[in-house]
Amino acid sequence: MSTTEVPRIITSRFDYEDSFTLARYEATGGYQALRKALGMAPSAVADEVKSASLLGRGGAGFPAGVKWGLAPAEVWPRYLVVNGDESEPGTYKDRLLMELDPHQLIEGVLLACYAIGCGQAFLYVRGEMPLAQERIATALNDAYAAGYIGRNILGSDFSVDVVLSWGAGAYIVGEETALIESLEGNRGMPRLKPPYFPAAKGLYMQPTIVNNVETLSNLPWIVSNGGEAFAAFGAETSRGTRMFAVSGHVKTPGVFEVEYGVTTFRDLIFSPQYGGGIRNDNAIKAFIPGGASAPWFFEEHLDLPLEKVTVDRAGSMLGSGAIVVMDETTDAVKACLRLVRFFSRESCGKCTPCREGTTWLEKILQRILDGYGRPSDLALLMDVCDNISPGIAWPPKQTTICPLGPSAVSPIASAIERFRPEFDARITQAEQTRISVPVAFPKAVTHA
Amino acid sequence: MPESEAPAVDGVVVEINGLEVIARKGELLIDAAERAGTYIPRFCYHERMKPVGMCRMCLVEVDSGRGPALQPSCMIECTPGMKVETESEITKKAQDGVLEFLLLNHPLDCPVCDKGGECPLQDQTMAYGPGESRMVEEKRHKEKPIPISELVLLDRERCILCDRCTRFAKDVAGDPLIHFIHRGNNTEVNTFPDEPFASYFSGNTVQICPVGALTASPYRFKARPWDLETTESTCQGCSVGCRISIDSSRDQVQRYSGVDIDPVNWGWLCDKGRFSSETVNAEGRLSEPLMRTAAGLAPARWSDALSAAAAALAAASPTSIAVIGGARLTNEDAYAWAKLAKGVLGTDNVDAQLADGLPVDAVLGLPCTTIDELCAPGGTVLLLGPDPKEELPVLFLRLRHAVENDRVTLLEISPRATGISSLARASLQPRPGETGELMRALTASSDTDREIAGVSADRINAARALLAAANGPVKVVLGRASLSESVSVTLDAATVLLGARPDTVFLPALRRANIHGALDMGLAPGMLPGRVTLDAGRNWFAECWPTVPAAPGLDTIGILEAAAAGNIDVLVLLGADPLADVPDAELAERGLAGARTIISVDTLLNASSLRADIVLAAAGFAEKAGTTTNLEGRVSALSQRVTPPGTARADWVLASELATRLGADLGFTTPNEILAEIGSVAPSHLGLSLDLLAGAPDGLLVPADLPEPIEELLEELAEELVDQTAADVSTDAASDGETAEGAESGEGGEEVDSTVLAEIELAESAAAQPSTVTFIPAAVVSAPPVDSYSFRLVATRKLYDQGTIVQSGNHLAGLAPGTSVRVSPYDFDRLGVAPGDTVSVRSPRTTLMMPIHADSGVSRGTAAVVLNQADYRVSELMNIADVVTELRIETTK
Repeated sequence: MSTTEVPRIITSRFDYEDSFTLARYEATGGYQALRKALGMAPSAVADEVKSASLLGRGGAGFPAGVKWGLAPAEVWPRYLVVNGDESEPGTYKDRLLMELDPHQLIEGVLLACYAIGCGQAFLYVRGEMPLAQERIATALNDAYAAGYIGRNILGSDFSVDVVLSWGAGAYIVGEETALIESLEGNRGMPRLKPPYFPAAKGLYMQPTIVNNVETLSNLPWIVSNGGEAFAAFGAETSRGTRMFAVSGHVKTPGVFEVEYGVTTFRDLIFSPQYGGGIRNDNAIKAFIPGGASAPWFFEEHLDLPLEKVTVDRAGSMLGSGAIVVMDETTDAVKACLRLVRFFSRESCGKCTPCREGTTWLEKILQRILDGYGRPSDLALLMDVCDNISPGIAWPPKQTTICPLGPSAVSPIASAIERFRPEFDARITQAEQTRISVPVAFPKAVTHA
Repeated sequence: MPESEAPAVDGVVVEINGLEVIARKGELLIDAAERAGTYIPRFCYHERMKPVGMCRMCLVEVDSGRGPALQPSCMIECTPGMKVETESEITKKAQDGVLEFLLLNHPLDCPVCDKGGECPLQDQTMAYGPGESRMVEEKRHKEKPIPISELVLLDRERCILCDRCTRFAKDVAGDPLIHFIHRGNNTEVNTFPDEPFASYFSGNTVQICPVGALTASPYRFKARPWDLETTESTCQGCSVGCRISIDSSRDQVQRYSGVDIDPVNWGWLCDKGRFSSETVNAEGRLSEPLMRTAAGLAPARWSDALSAAAAALAAASPTSIAVIGGARLTNEDAYAWAKLAKGVLGTDNVDAQLADGLPVDAVLGLPCTTIDELCAPGGTVLLLGPDPKEELPVLFLRLRHAVENDRVTLLEISPRATGISSLARASLQPRPGETGELMRALTASSDTDREIAGVSADRINAARALLAAANGPVKVVLGRASLSESVSVTLDAATVLLGARPDTVFLPALRRANIHGALDMGLAPGMLPGRVTLDAGRNWFAECWPTVPAAPGLDTIGILEAAAAGNIDVLVLLGADPLADVPDAELAERGLAGARTIISVDTLLNASSLRADIVLAAAGFAEKAGTTTNLEGRVSALSQRVTPPGTARADWVLASELATRLGADLGFTTPNEILAEIGSVAPSHLGLSLDLLAGAPDGLLVPADLPEPIEELLEELAEELVDQTAADVSTDAASDGETAEGAESGEGGEEVDSTVLAEIELAESAAAQPSTVTFIPAAVVSAPPVDSYSFRLVATRKLYDQGTIVQSGNHLAGLAPGTSVRVSPYDFDRLGVAPGDTVSVRSPRTTLMMPIHADSGVSRGTAAVVLNQADYRVSELMNIADVVTELRIETTK
């Protein structure tokens, strides 16, 4: 247990009942970082963030300061897009940040705009988060009224408009190019990179920085206290604190801000102040360390620190910070199907391997569960996976534009590798009762 | 190493399967590989559309320096040193996988699918796919074909979601009426509710669909690809001249498909052109001649019909014979009829246009341009003519592409909004009759401060600035924006522009298929074949024709007036229907009533040929060979694919037969012989030959692509010169080994040059080749003063009308939209009417009771109608002698 003297950097207001109001935000040091930044050169603000070594909290873990520097110089206008389309199963940290401390996010947006030189920011909030939308909308109105957003902010010559946009219920829009498409009013389908790297050609084909909600929420603290202070926490490669959402078969699921890179999975799952242990004190069977697309971890990984490089090396990822715990009563085949079904339903339909492949995987798994499995099915499952993600390696290779398709491969590969006997049992058991593979008649089809 | 056409400069060297290939800078890998002989399978990629990288079939292993990785070759540009493997194990596995995925939910109903046999999915499965499917689960089921428009059906089970049709509709046609709906495995293409895929270009989606998901209702279940016989030809739906392939089976035309040629249609067709295939087999096609009896028109024997026609012609004096029409004919037909009318009968009362076009000196005499030049990147195009989307649809597609992708600035002057208005940087809607005045303001040296022709000063000045900023010549699409205003208005405007900017070039936008060929061949008053006037070409043609008309004759209006006055004994209608097409219905009526004998040469009966005394059944498109000329002056080959119905004969045969009966011999027995004669006597077409045409699949621009006769002479002489010099040198060399060859041949050259010049002079004087027709600048037109109680009429055409092509096709006939009188919302409110109310529309000629609608594309003080639609014959309102048609619109309450 090493989670001791680290301050709560971004969840500091979560305990106030009125944490989302402007009054509370201002009373707890809100918008002071903005005042401070306006007295600094934009590059100094950017340098402060760079020195904090703040890694993007969306999933890929790319250094935020470096990302800002990718926009080509002297190309205007450029845009900041806030990715609030948090929809990975098990991930709900951004939702809390938006619901409980919207002003912190808005101040972070303003700081980023100041550092990058954006006059317009787009806040894209997931459609299924009505409370977050409502509170952000209110916060934006209050901030406009108080002169924190808009023309000549706080009397300076810095002006920013923040546009609030709502998603329409597509997981894929969490992918930054699909999010940009959706913002432009098109179907949320990813763009191929290259040539459309958002930093160079993003929203309306202009340089666009896409940042995650949690990433931006760190900025007020960093600017107020300095990048060095932020970097003093955490492990060498994973600075500061980070929010992790613990769910599944734990006694007290929730979102916890912990020191990044130091805390271990065991701490997070078993410590009374966090997950509180497995339900009914059952044994742990497996856990997903970083969202539904991450390969599974098992008991032997519990003592790994929540640190990007370590987890990457161990063959998975911290991703979006969603830890889903499965206890010994979990059916591996069912869990696998549940995850694959999610990806197949959320496939945007653009690339053939993902659109057709994930659905087929779902159908095969469902068939096995229904008792119609064949001995050849496991090899088939693996081969279909291979056609979506050649080599089934980690990090995944892909035959698709975005990583959604390969994401469906991870749980299957993990489950079959570790729990093959469970699959075999389903199939052998099936073989005893099975007569043939059922072929349903098409439902009444009317001809034109 | 494979041959590469790419220039070494600007080239990018990439390695494909171990072989070095030079790609063009910025070229997509899939194209570079194909050019080098390595075909990469694909479904979504189409060379005329932006790539989307959707189907993932073209994945190949690409190593750009960071190790090999699977990349879609349709999305990546070649970069130096790129190493590509299109046949590696990993590539093959990926392609195998993608094909298996594509086939998972494909119904495999190939035996009942129109596409079966020519299906990219079938072909590529055979070539690259797995032999069998491993899927045992239930496939996706959707309702079998649903009609998404009158012409196109969609089978969503067969669809592989390649985004070709939807991209075409949005990016190429600009009609985003079909779209992906739903998500993931449930994604499907569909229309919006209650919004059918009513695009003029919907048929293209059927052609580019890589599976049988989109089928065309006129072709469904008509034939199997392996039964089809195919010939390339040129569409005769309008004067753009799109290249097509004609498919037939059992000696019946089944369908047309677009053929991709760079200078014209890029593979696209409009639906009218594409589905005009039904016209060939239309019910009512004339298969034998008809003669008038007491009981009306009755079938007759050819010998009787031709003898009667010849007798009527023989009995008439040359000036009492008139010929109207000819745009339906091939160039060879047109030449034969011109020779018969002008060279045998001696009449010059010949006009291929029906008073709805431009004077022949404007069509053939203005500095001209091509579609490619018109659409060249960065240029400025002025539309001073009809709505290209309605009249020349594929020209619209080219213009749209030029504006959207090639930075072309489009300006539009049209009395009502057109299908291309939304793409125009400036769209001016002058009051009918006042375009010339507007043009004077646009080309003036300073801004105007007052409203002109109903267009505000601001708009004029903005357009004037755009014109002034034009980089290079302004390119004008010139035609009749409204048929209810006099052609002199358009000519006035063209004259003003040409005076202000002498480098202006024009693309004449006449509508009918081979109208340019007919005019080239002399089917116009005062003209002879080869774009020469009667006066200029009289001596030239006197040498090869039996006779040449004594004086210029009458145009269609003159002919009809003369006929009405009883001065026309024989009126020949060459595929013309003056009652439907002359924008003065009353005059057409009087003319046809006054002509003593009417001979109609046509493929189908129309309103005018029903009045004929003799109807000669003509072979139509796809039933005869020949050549045609498009609006650029591009001559291309027409092919025979099927036999004509019954005993119908080609128009040139009929001309020849009539000549024989008149005691003359036109001197040819095949279309090829006619083409040879055209190539040797028509001054603008000298040098045109079958061989030359055979070597030019994109057609030949006349005269630009023809060999210069003088040059040919020079070349011959130059060859002689070389021989002579060689001989000189060899003799010199024999005497003096150190002779400077350059100096020697130079001297020799000069010496022979004088001989050459002398010979050329001799050749020229002997030939006395007449020069071609030039544009006669038009006079200033002044429209009558504006009367605030009346509306000025704007009469335009729609793609689908009551014309033969549309009405003889089962599937097109119902698409003619009909007409109503449309006024601006302001006037609509002022009249106090409700949409669809019947109003009385009164012109000096007649009064029509028509429904009225508001239309924001119509200017205040004007009223727009559509010609040649069912129910309302709006050409009755017009008097061809008036500059503009003034209307009173009154409510009937």
